Amino acid sequence: MRKVWDIHGGIHPLENKDQSNQLPIEFAGIPEQLVFPLSQHIGAPAVAIVGVGQKVLKGEMIAEAKGLVSVAVHASTSGEVIAIQDNPVPHPSTMSAPCITLKSDGKDQWIEHQGINNYLNLDRTELVNHIRNAGIAGMGGAGFPSAVKLSVRGEQTVETLIINGTECEPYITSDDCLMRERADEIIAGIEILRYLINPMKETLIGIEDNKPEAIAALNRAAEGTAINVVSFPTKYPSGGEKQLIQILTGKEVPAGGLPGDVGIVCQNIGTTVAIYRAIAHGEPLISRITTVTGNACDHNTNYEVLLGTPVSYLLDHSGFHQKKCSRLIMGGPMMGFTLENSNVPIVKTSNCILAPTVDELPPPTPAQACIRCGMCAEVCPASLLPQQLYWFSRGKEYEKLEDHNLMDCIECGACSYACPSNIPLVQYYRASKADIREQKQDAIKAEQSKMRFEARQERLDRQEAEKEAKRKARKLAAEERARDNNNPDPIQAAIDRAKAKKASVKSEKPAAENATESLDRARLKEVLANVEKRLVTAKEKLKQAEQQGSDNVEAFRTAVEKTNSKYLKTKQELITFNAVNPALSDSSSMPAEKKILTGDAAQDAIAKALAKRDAASSMTDEERLQNAVSAVTKRLQKAQQKLAEEQRQEGEHIDLLTNAVAKLDLKLADADAAYQQFQNNNHD
Amino acid sequence: MTELIAQYPFFAALLALLVLGIPFGGLLGFAAVKFKTEGNPIADQVESLLPQTQCGQCSYPGCRPYAEAIANGEAINKCPPGGESTIQALADLLDVEAVPLDAEHGEENVKTVAYIREDECIGCTKCIQACPVDAILGAAKQMHTVIVSECTGCDLCVEPCPVDCIDMLPIETTLQSWRWNLPKPVEILATDRTTDKEVAA
Repeated sequence: MRKVWDIHGGIHPLENKDQSNQLPIEFAGIPEQLVFPLSQHIGAPAVAIVGVGQKVLKGEMIAEAKGLVSVAVHASTSGEVIAIQDNPVPHPSTMSAPCITLKSDGKDQWIEHQGINNYLNLDRTELVNHIRNAGIAGMGGAGFPSAVKLSVRGEQTVETLIINGTECEPYITSDDCLMRERADEIIAGIEILRYLINPMKETLIGIEDNKPEAIAALNRAAEGTAINVVSFPTKYPSGGEKQLIQILTGKEVPAGGLPGDVGIVCQNIGTTVAIYRAIAHGEPLISRITTVTGNACDHNTNYEVLLGTPVSYLLDHSGFHQKKCSRLIMGGPMMGFTLENSNVPIVKTSNCILAPTVDELPPPTPAQACIRCGMCAEVCPASLLPQQLYWFSRGKEYEKLEDHNLMDCIECGACSYACPSNIPLVQYYRASKADIREQKQDAIKAEQSKMRFEARQERLDRQEAEKEAKRKARKLAAEERARDNNNPDPIQAAIDRAKAKKASVKSEKPAAENATESLDRARLKEVLANVEKRLVTAKEKLKQAEQQGSDNVEAFRTAVEKTNSKYLKTKQELITFNAVNPALSDSSSMPAEKKILTGDAAQDAIAKALAKRDAASSMTDEERLQNAVSAVTKRLQKAQQKLAEEQRQEGEHIDLLTNAVAKLDLKLADADAAYQQFQNNNHD
Repeated sequence: MTELIAQYPFFAALLALLVLGIPFGGLLGFAAVKFKTEGNPIADQVESLLPQTQCGQCSYPGCRPYAEAIANGEAINKCPPGGESTIQALADLLDVEAVPLDAEHGEENVKTVAYIREDECIGCTKCIQACPVDAILGAAKQMHTVIVSECTGCDLCVEPCPVDCIDMLPIETTLQSWRWNLPKPVEILATDRTTDKEVAA
């Protein structure tokens, strides 16, 4: 006898299995209409590959798997597809979901199919593909795609393969009957699994000791193989995957981990049969064993049911009394869910239809206050603290719920069963689990939204910066163009001017050749005039530049200074020359300004200013100050006149003019003060 | 030494405190410079609690600005998409009283996603420019469509649409997204007193 371990907690509800396991498995028959939900498993729903009106044969694929974690759906009898639409499906939500409806033709005609004679010659991946195409999902209850579980995983080696024949929930006997009647198929299926998984250590079938016939049958069938049939004391919920692993191996699957983490793979008894039929006979998963039981049915037994058969069809076969039934349950009394509608179909995970009377399974009494008895903690198979979880759940303290390992709850219902106050504890846990999952998803989505928002903001900023740079470049280019239009090519202009000058000098030359002296003087005069001309132009340019606020103001200013110094130097030279040759000196050596007076107003003004400066330099300080006062007075008078005129006409510039007058007033006061001070100083 | 201390206990104590105070003060000053936290850590924490819909219903241009405002003392009840749970989380974080949602900024509604009626879309790109998370796909004079998985349901695309072809649709529950709800807490008190009903009868 092999050693088995115990799990924490657990309960011993009435088994109620004898009602349904007395008779052999019956074939339920072919209903007129079958409904195939596209989602009968965990993962992405399958995608329909048939059209309405299409004739299909038994075993033909009608919906294919979408993605890796998904399972195909096959027609369970021959007939015609009459609808692909939303229908009520067996689910605690009582919602509708996409389904394919098939009208059977009664012929039950198989599609051509063929088993694999010797699967040992086949590659493992190919074999897994066969299982995938056969549409096999775990038949214990969760419906996890079997092919995914069996896929070759990287480095992980499997020590132990466990086949779950526990069937710990009350009332359900489908696995029990399957083990009694089809032990050989089960063992053959396990051999296929052993070939696929290659467990290094052992292969175990775990069965509770309340099924002696099943144990005996399997022991007989397993003789001569490496498969061990292990029985252990009956207790709910030893059939939970993690619980069974602990019972059989003493190993605990870590919180949030998978059996693979401790080198174990678990499969359900029903799944082994389905795999056997898929490999040995080439038959996809189109039927399963379902228990129909409860006192509201006269005939309690196990049926071999075609998938898609309506629950009502099965109930009709079993002498169901609607009036006696308190509620219809799919699954067992502990973990099953109420069916609101008996027209939902049997799916791959439907192991039991329970139709209890009111006496048998009375409606839940109202919950009373928690008396903190601690019974729930005593029975919890996952060693959690259900009472604490209950309080946190009611207070929505999700962090604390997670700290107390709510996610390790297997929702077995033992705590609710034990609760003397009838608190629906599992419901609280289910709701809180959903809340926590939702919160996590929201957090992920928020993070994603934030990233997208920030990326967008960055992009907008970048685009704005680029636009700004372009705008600046355009503005600069426009300015450049404007300047070029005012002075078309300055270099060319300079060259032209130089040429013109040369030509003029050439033409004047003969006249100046009278005498060397006069020639020299003439040359000097000419140079002087030239320099003066240049000075005037330079000044003009400077003024222009200043007005336009050009960058070259500095350069122009230096040029003016240089030209000015040259002018002074030349003038000095001429004066020296005249001094040396006084006879020849004439009035022409006097400031040449008057001579070069032109019609140009600007040049006139400059010449005037120069004259004034010369005059000013010869004035005494007193005169200068007097002049300044009189000039400012004059300007003030003028400004006042203008202001008066503007006021009369109510022009726009009154403000400006008033301002100007005020400024001039100040200036006049300043000038007056300076003059007074000067006079005072002189008198002292 | 002991005698001196015994003689001038006050000065000895003062000296001892001074001797301790100077190095520790220096240490604290050094730590303040060396381990200075960049940015505003409270704003970061607040931001991580906000739903990041960037909807602007709080009257700030996005979740980050509102987080910064909260860090500077703004009310925590101006985020309708976050709802009560966000207010509760913020109250816990900032150790303030949780207050009900400010109705002025909107009500907590079911989650929605934008849906563009593609037949009516004229391809003006106005909604694309309004979407804070770039969840609308399309180009000028091409039909637009919403990337449902990225849409935060912020509503900002509805108003700019010149032909009103955008609907905010509640997210539908599927078999995959269905969830159990909390049972209604029924707490019965046992009593032997006659109830009002019985008296009336």
